[in-house]
Amino acid sequence: MSSASKRTLVAVIGDEDTTTGFVLAGVGAAPEGIDNENTHNDDHTKQVDVTSGKNFYIYDENKNSVDDLLQVFDTFTNKRKDIALILINQHIANKIRPQLDAFTDPFPAVLEIPSKDHPYDPEQDSVLKKVKKLMGE
Amino acid sequence: MTLTTMKIKLKGAQQGHSLLKRKSEALTKKFREILKKIQLAKLQCGKLMSLAFFTMTELNQANGISNQDLLYLNILNNVTSSKPRVSINAKVENVSGVFLPILESNVDNTINDFKLIGLGKSSNQVNKCIEIYSKILETLVELASLQTGFITLDDVIKITNRRVNAIEHVIIPRTENTISYINSELDELDREEFYRLKKVQEKKQIKEQEQMLLDKLEKEKRQKELDDLIKQKESLSLEDKEEDKEEEPEESVEETQDEPKDILTEDKDGDEDGVIF
Repeated sequence: MSSASKRTLVAVIGDEDTTTGFVLAGVGAAPEGIDNENTHNDDHTKQVDVTSGKNFYIYDENKNSVDDLLQVFDTFTNKRKDIALILINQHIANKIRPQLDAFTDPFPAVLEIPSKDHPYDPEQDSVLKKVKKLMGE
Repeated sequence: MTLTTMKIKLKGAQQGHSLLKRKSEALTKKFREILKKIQLAKLQCGKLMSLAFFTMTELNQANGISNQDLLYLNILNNVTSSKPRVSINAKVENVSGVFLPILESNVDNTINDFKLIGLGKSSNQVNKCIEIYSKILETLVELASLQTGFITLDDVIKITNRRVNAIEHVIIPRTENTISYINSELDELDREEFYRLKKVQEKKQIKEQEQMLLDKLEKEKRQKELDDLIKQKESLSLEDKEEDKEEEPEESVEETQDEPKDILTEDKDGDEDGVIF
């Protein structure tokens, strides 16, 4: 569990309101010296470009594609080793449901949260689905 | 030899089975606790979130709806340090050999990237927003730790149950089969040995009887020979009797001569006694 202790960050994938709210609460972390972004582009793969090294990502249905979303999800779950918890809006999670269901590692924990425009539906949560299955409902 | 090792193996398997079963039960108990908590927390978190969004909207209202994008941009671009205000502390809890991660949120109040946000217009609302989102974050982190525990436990319980079943349905019957096979084989050997012994004994007895018969025959033969000899002698002695008659008195004389000798020796003893007196 030594790998768990290194994970300290909370990552957010969500719409503007959610992300801003959590960033306001202080989850945001950016790589040091974010202003020299050009060097970052050279150094890192394309995945980092999408989040530019930050631990939050605003997904806008009109602006971003699902591919971008998948890249971000992959970055947060597999590439970065410092994230302990990923908060993701449920309506966004629904778009990458297959990948989300396939991801079963304990770290980072993926937590689905409701969003402003989409009320929370426990039926769609992949963890709650498992819970219900095990409870025999 | 093999029987003892197999018996030890069976004992070990049974012990392991009971231990694993207990472990699985302990894990399942913990698992059910977590399940209940998760369900409650998830539903509660939905309510909290709606409250948070309401506060966020209030902030926007106070700040002016037309400025919303600008405000958001300001907030998001203000994140410059690599050290967030809220970080997560991962601890480990040991539930009968299984390490369950426990996440704790750790708020560093000295870090505040948003001192200047909403300055003049809505700093009060901003603070309110920060407060409520921090609270939600705390709940979410707790929920996340439950969830990771849930996933880990789920896996471990599956593995443990698989082991329990494997021991119960494969290893124990197999060992028992082997033991019964060895036992039957040993019994077979025993019976063979017993039979062989009996056979040998029988043969021995027959031999002895034969020997006895032979001995008897020999004895009879000897007896017969002896008898024959005696008869021959008798017949001979009968012929010689008349010649031997003169010899017999001589023998009696010799006997009478012996008796006085004895008396003499007795007298000698008596003399000696006398000397002592």
